[in-house]
Amino acid sequence: MKTPRFLLPAATAGVLAISLTACGGGGGGGTTGGGSDAEANLDSRGPITYVQGKDNSNVVRPLIEKWNAAHPDEKVTFKEQTDQADQQHDDLVQNFQAKNADYDVASVDVVWTAEFAAKGWLQPLKDKMAVETDGMLEPTVEAGSYKGTLYAAPVSSDGGILYYRKDLVPEAPKTWAEMMEMCSIAKQNNMGCYSGQFKQYEGLTVNASEAINSAGGSVLDDEGKPNLNTPEAEEGLNNLVEAFKNGNIPAEAITYQEEESRRAFQEGKLLFLRNWPYVYNLATTEGSSQVKDVLGMAALPGKDGPGASSLGGHSAAISVYSDHKATALDFVKFLIEEEQQKFFATQGSLAPVFGALYEDQELVSKLPYLPVLKTSIENAVPRPVTPFYPAVTQAIQENAYAALKGEKPAKDALADMQKSIESAGAGS
Amino acid sequence: MATELGPTPVKPASGTPDVHHGPKGVGEDNRILSQGKWASWLLAPTVIALGVVIVYPIISAIVMSFQKDAGLDPVTGLFTAGGPAGIQNYVNWLGQQCAAPGGGTVACPPGTLGGQFWTATGTTFLFTVITVAFETVLGFWMAMIMARTFKGRGLVRAAVLVPWAIPTAVTAQLWLFMFDFNGIINKLFNASILWTGSEWPAKWAVIIADTWKTTPFMALLILAGLQMIPAEVYEASKVDGASAWQRFRLITLPLVKPALMVAILFRTLDALRMFDLPYILTGGANNTTTLSILVINQIRQGFNSAAALSTITFLIIFLVAFIFVRFLGANVVEQSGATGKGKK
Amino acid sequence: MTTTAASTGLRAEQDKGRKTAQNREKWASVRTYISAAVILVWCLAPAYWMVVTAFREVGFTYDTTPWPTHVTLDNFITAFDTSFGNRFGQALLNSIIIGVTVTVISLIIGVFAAYALARLNFRFKYLVLGFILGASMFPGVALITPLFQLFTNIGWMGTYQALIIPNISFVLPLTVYTLTSFFREMPWELEESARVDGCTQGQAFRKVIMPLAAPAIFTTAILAFISSWNEFLIASQLSNEATKPVTVAIASFAGAQPNQIPYTAIMAAGTIVTIPLVILVLVFQRKIVAGLTAGAVK
Repeated sequence: MKTPRFLLPAATAGVLAISLTACGGGGGGGTTGGGSDAEANLDSRGPITYVQGKDNSNVVRPLIEKWNAAHPDEKVTFKEQTDQADQQHDDLVQNFQAKNADYDVASVDVVWTAEFAAKGWLQPLKDKMAVETDGMLEPTVEAGSYKGTLYAAPVSSDGGILYYRKDLVPEAPKTWAEMMEMCSIAKQNNMGCYSGQFKQYEGLTVNASEAINSAGGSVLDDEGKPNLNTPEAEEGLNNLVEAFKNGNIPAEAITYQEEESRRAFQEGKLLFLRNWPYVYNLATTEGSSQVKDVLGMAALPGKDGPGASSLGGHSAAISVYSDHKATALDFVKFLIEEEQQKFFATQGSLAPVFGALYEDQELVSKLPYLPVLKTSIENAVPRPVTPFYPAVTQAIQENAYAALKGEKPAKDALADMQKSIESAGAGS
Repeated sequence: MATELGPTPVKPASGTPDVHHGPKGVGEDNRILSQGKWASWLLAPTVIALGVVIVYPIISAIVMSFQKDAGLDPVTGLFTAGGPAGIQNYVNWLGQQCAAPGGGTVACPPGTLGGQFWTATGTTFLFTVITVAFETVLGFWMAMIMARTFKGRGLVRAAVLVPWAIPTAVTAQLWLFMFDFNGIINKLFNASILWTGSEWPAKWAVIIADTWKTTPFMALLILAGLQMIPAEVYEASKVDGASAWQRFRLITLPLVKPALMVAILFRTLDALRMFDLPYILTGGANNTTTLSILVINQIRQGFNSAAALSTITFLIIFLVAFIFVRFLGANVVEQSGATGKGKK
Repeated sequence: MTTTAASTGLRAEQDKGRKTAQNREKWASVRTYISAAVILVWCLAPAYWMVVTAFREVGFTYDTTPWPTHVTLDNFITAFDTSFGNRFGQALLNSIIIGVTVTVISLIIGVFAAYALARLNFRFKYLVLGFILGASMFPGVALITPLFQLFTNIGWMGTYQALIIPNISFVLPLTVYTLTSFFREMPWELEESARVDGCTQGQAFRKVIMPLAAPAIFTTAILAFISSWNEFLIASQLSNEATKPVTVAIASFAGAQPNQIPYTAIMAAGTIVTIPLVILVLVFQRKIVAGLTAGAVK
């Protein structure tokens, strides 16, 4: 326990008391004085810090410079984390737990929102702190909300795209069954048919949830309880299991993350690839790419129509421990303005959160995948929104992986997922 | 912690016969007193440094491990502190029990961290035994070669340092890159092994990468041990007509033993806490989850339970170290039959 | 004549013996070279691949031609490029500062402790030994949170000392144990006789024992330096922009596109941090070992 003994009673009382800023925090990271911290400093202005993972394409710095030029008394400092999502998550947890007032605004991955909100670390964006979300794509707003309250303002979105070989496939498949039929084309051309990301890591959660959602199932029901013992879920997961079995998904795909699968596709070893929008830029420009001129893009295939992509992207959240929340709120609003959204899209290939931008001629000419991506995101299902996300994703990954490797039938895998997720939520 | 080793009492405890110094007179007592004083001054910086950075976290982990993890309040949707747990966290890990939806516990289903404790322990030991064995043999061999005089010895010494000098963060990425299905290793050996996609290849991938990375550590320590052996000892034995094997067994091995045992001991402790390589290479899939990976995954799910797991890991490693020191002679202060019987 | 014949026979036999001895020696040296070659290949092959990749164009990252193709210096330029906030040069300097400080401090206090453990008689020796070893038994991943909170509370977050002190305690157990085991094997009679000659205990230690222990101390120094050079977990959470070491800087490398893994830049960075380190160690090794141990040890 880092809290000195004499502070312990005080820490307990802190839940009730007005505010207890600089104490070490309860060891479990569980004690939340959310209510009180969330009401402090709402009108206060001053310099703040914006925390985000590695700024890949240098879009954040110019924006911050722009902000700082206009707000000399409320300057934003950029705190850049590493490029790895796990480390970004852990860094945020450490700092929130320590009630670090220096982490004013943080970029939060869509799957962390519920966890951070339930820990009481994020400022609810309502009443005085409300952020306008009209015109935003519905799933992005959903992903930033927890229990009906918005906790993180959507800044960028992301969805899966089906890449295919225009030269070999006349028209993109609309359903999973159609795609599997087209696999005969792959066989004729001596190449693999389809791949997503099937290594045991976060990407597998994305792909498995997509399979389940696209077949009409869902991982969690509306109340956040697991809902996996359904025929739809089984059909979804079975689609992948079968494809592995009959070779439509090549065996090596069990080792694929984003990059390995992109590479296989670019080398002409795959007919279809499920991946994120970033593949477009690389597959059309990289010297080693063999699909430069034959790259087709479509929405993910579903059961009867477009499939349900998993939603990616980041939102901006304000820490309840921030000392200058009024400034923080203005900065968050600034980040989601249309002008900044355009800049993110053109300079950083980040998908905007406003539906209208996907039809913007200038953007579409630069990023031809936008219309497809819009379909993808509109049909997207946020990955399970739950404060127990780390446990849920673990349950999905481990069991889906075992099913894909043929170690257990899809049905059993789903039953085990169900039990594991139930157990994670049972501690309360 | 520093208080624990404050100035040593004047009188040697009755249970510590000091064979070496014979019958003790007043002078002898004074000598031990002054040595004790000296020793506490010399040891104080080490003990303080370790106390602040290691002992404090250990104690805080132990305290936390007796607390329940935060639970979700169904009404507010917020986490609330879990309260005291007794030894429940420990019982859960050792018995692989998880919380049941209706209250109480059930056997952990696949897909929970709780269900991985014993396999993770097994994997950790497997990695430790194999990598330390490989590293010892290879390291000894490398050290023997490097101790010889030949042209290009400098080059070999430099080369041996390379694997170890590359930061682990890069090493892990490098091996991941090479073990790729379409990577250089499969290409060179014209194989199509799913290195990170099936159980034994994944384990071997970790073992190969770890052996490559840390053999230099062994080699350097053993080399230093070899260099401490006076050349005359070898010359004398050569004159006596000892064969190479005899020289190795009767001279090299006993003289290098202290350094060797320290190297093996520390490699073992490190291997038991192996983290980066399997984490980046396989993410813990295919039964390559080590105890440390389990700890960090659990930290993300619940802190107090993770503290209990850290403490259990600590105890396991402690036990291994104890066996090492007690029964395998990894005892740095006990010289061949000489002084230092000390406390035990 | 008989004597001559006998002596010729004897000489022939001696020649033969010499020849077999020579042969054996030749054979031994051939074996040494073969072994050395095997060691070189084993240690350098993966490093070779790192260097080859480091010199490849990003667009050909996954090329598996075993020799350099699509050669470019871009990755090294990218590694040192500061325009995107990567301060790799600064990070290199930080790693050196941290590594050197950790090595020097842990060696000094490690030598103290090892001397006490190896040479002095006192109670609780085993307790101290166990305590020191115990510090190497707790999973490192579980140390981050308590340390983070400790350093936050005392306002040390992001400072050099917040990175140096944990590293010292990580390398200290090994340092103390290695030095102790070597000190035990030292010919301490020499120290005694130096003291008879009028040296103080400290002088005797410095002038007589230290040179003898040079290979051990030097090896320990390399071990300490490299292990703090390699440390990543603690640094990734306790450092900031200004103090982050190379390991963290490398982890911050990112591809031009989200999800893209910048293997080529990572390998370039790996090459940059490894080669100078190896050269440095070699130079030191020669100088120190030659200077201090002249004649004393093999």
